[in-house]
Formats: sequence, C-alpha cells, structure tokens
Amino acid sequence: MASKKKSSFINMVVVLFIVSTIAATILAFVYQATKEPIAKAKLEKKKKAIGLVVPEFDTVYSPINNMFKIALAEGDSLECYPTKKGEEFSGYAIKANTSKGFSGTFWIMVGFTPDGKIYKTSVLEHKETPGLGDKMQKSKSNWSEQFTGLDVPNIKDIDGDGILIEVKKDQGTIDAITAATISSRAFCNACERAYIAFKKIEK
Amino acid sequence: MSKLNIFTKGFFKENAVFVMLLGLCPTLGTTTSALNGLGMGLATTFVLVLSNIVVALVKNQIPDKVRIPAFIVIIASFVTVVELLMQAYLPNLFEVLGLFIPLIVVNCLILGRAEAFASKNNVLDSAIDGLGMGLGFAMALTILGVVREILGSGSFFNFKIYPGDGALVFVLAPGGFIALGFIIALLNKLTKQS
Repeated sequence: MASKKKSSFINMVVVLFIVSTIAATILAFVYQATKEPIAKAKLEKKKKAIGLVVPEFDTVYSPINNMFKIALAEGDSLECYPTKKGEEFSGYAIKANTSKGFSGTFWIMVGFTPDGKIYKTSVLEHKETPGLGDKMQKSKSNWSEQFTGLDVPNIKDIDGDGILIEVKKDQGTIDAITAATISSRAFCNACERAYIAFKKIEK
Repeated sequence: MSKLNIFTKGFFKENAVFVMLLGLCPTLGTTTSALNGLGMGLATTFVLVLSNIVVALVKNQIPDKVRIPAFIVIIASFVTVVELLMQAYLPNLFEVLGLFIPLIVVNCLILGRAEAFASKNNVLDSAIDGLGMGLGFAMALTILGVVREILGSGSFFNFKIYPGDGALVFVLAPGGFIALGFIIALLNKLTKQS
C-alpha cells in the first residue's frame, strides 16, 4: 500500500484548490469546444421535427428563420414555425409545452394545416416513465397516431368546459395510454395549448 | 492478485449489483429495458476506467482527509465531459441515454472503486479493475433489463416476443426490486453449491 500524504490545513486547501481549478479549466475548454456542435445538433433535431409534423413544403421559405412567438398569457408563449408551399402558407409547426406531465414539463411539436386540423405530432423532449408514459413517442407505440389528422375545429365539446382535446375519461375523444392517464392528459393539454396558439395566428 | 483475477472478480465474485449491491439507484432506474441497461452499463464503465486511472495517478499527492471530495470532483468532471461530448457528437445515443448520464455521478460504485481499489493500487491494475467492475456492472444491468423487459413489456431488446403489455409492475421500481431479489437468490444458490 502506498504511503498516504499527511494532512495539514495548508496542503488540504492547496490540493483541493488545484484539483478544482484543473477540473474547471477542463470543463470550460470542453464546453467551448462542444458548444457549436451541440447547438447544431439541437437545430437539426428541431428541423427534423418540423419536417415530420407538417405537409411537404418549399425549403426556400425557411421555417426556422421565420419563427415567431405567440403569447398565450403573461410570460407564456409558444414558438411557431410557418411553412409555405408556393405563395400560400401550407402549415404551421408549433412547439408546445405542458407542465402537467408525470415528471415535469415536456415538449412536443404539433403540426397544423391551415384549416386547423392537426397534421402530425412529434415528441421533442420528455421525462415520462420509461415503459409507460413514453409510449407517447412514435418509436415506442402507435398511440400518438390518434392525433394524426385530428379535426380539432369539429370536435364536439360534450362536457362544455371549452377544452376540445381530452381523454375519454374527461368526456373527450382520445383513448389514454393504459396506466399512463396523466401522461396522456398532459399530451392532450400540450396539443390544446398548441391549438389555442394556432387560433391566435389566424386573427 | 493476478491481472486476470483483478479483471474477472467484477463479474461474479464481487459483482457490483448482484453481490455488493452498489449503485442500486441507477440500476433500478435504467433497467426497464435491456438496451437501456446495457447503455448505462457501458457509459458507467467508461467513466469508471477513466476515474480509476486518474485517481491512481494522483493518489500520492492528495492528503488523506480530503481524498473523498477530490475524488468526487474528478468523477463529476468526467461525467460532465462525457455528457457534453455525447450531446455534441452522438446526439442519437444521447437521446436514449441522456437522462441517465448525470446519474453516473451519484453511482457509489465509482466512488467505491476509487476509494477501495484505485487509491491503493498502481495505474495499470486500477484501469483493469475499472474495466472488469464496469463490464460486470453492465452485464448485471443487461440481465436485469432483459428479465424486466420480457416480463413487463413482452419484448426482448425491443423485439416483441409476445403480444400484449405484460405485467406492468415489472416496468416500475417495485418490480425491479422483486426481479433483482430473485436473481440474487438464484445466483447465491448456484454459487453456494459449487
């Protein structure tokens, strides 16, 4: 066994200081070096998600550069990425969040066609329970297919609470994921928020 | 102890999960499927080897009383570096494992090996120990992941093997404890007999 260095007040402070300084320097360096690739990877992911949720569009009109924010309430706004086909707007991808998830906030991308129908949806970031709530991801189950082509303006609001996209337990039209009603409700809530934002664009 | 012994003890005799019961938080959290377990195991192995090497290198310069905080700073730095690099250059893998990477810091297996082995042995032995322990950990996580995935989701490495949802409890933490308990009991029976 190697001989241990005796501890004195001075050498403890010095060693901890040196260890922390070296660690901080390395981290700062790596952070700088990876900053751009990380931003790039995130942008790519966003672009991919937009492409997944709206109908085919012309790339001349960049949805990323024409992004605008829609305010829902004070300090609460959603990002909207409009797409064009020819001269007409062909769709709107709205990045919507909800804080009603089982494990905190999650983000989804909801695509609308100009008539207010949901074209497709895609999950961006979530922390829902693996094996339960994560079934809202397309890669895990086809649950989210229910939202494809969902004709939101023509949904009948049975219980009259003004919320259109709801699970069947709340008198809505959506089948919840088995044993993950909270995640399903949250997903509906995010879609609902996206729809509210969408209606504000039209005005 | 021979080099081979140092390497193989991590798999059965001193297996982190099945024998020493270390690192149970990430174990139960990530083994809902075989693939997640394997990924977490390999990421942990990577950090474990690097931190063991560095701890073995600096062990004689660090005063005894502050060794634990110094080790934790070293381990946490490696985890953060791994997280940033993965996010930048392997975004697809990060999507699967991203949630679990910060959990590596609190894995007492890594601090345990730094304290129990790397701070008393040379660099080469420490690296071998890290590799053996890490791969043993990855093996344990994969086995547990396979069991829980088959029982809980009815699939094997994401391939559906029987229709339906399986027993929900095995996807949740209590099922993880139950499965782990039975595996440990089985292993104990097998090893005691021989």
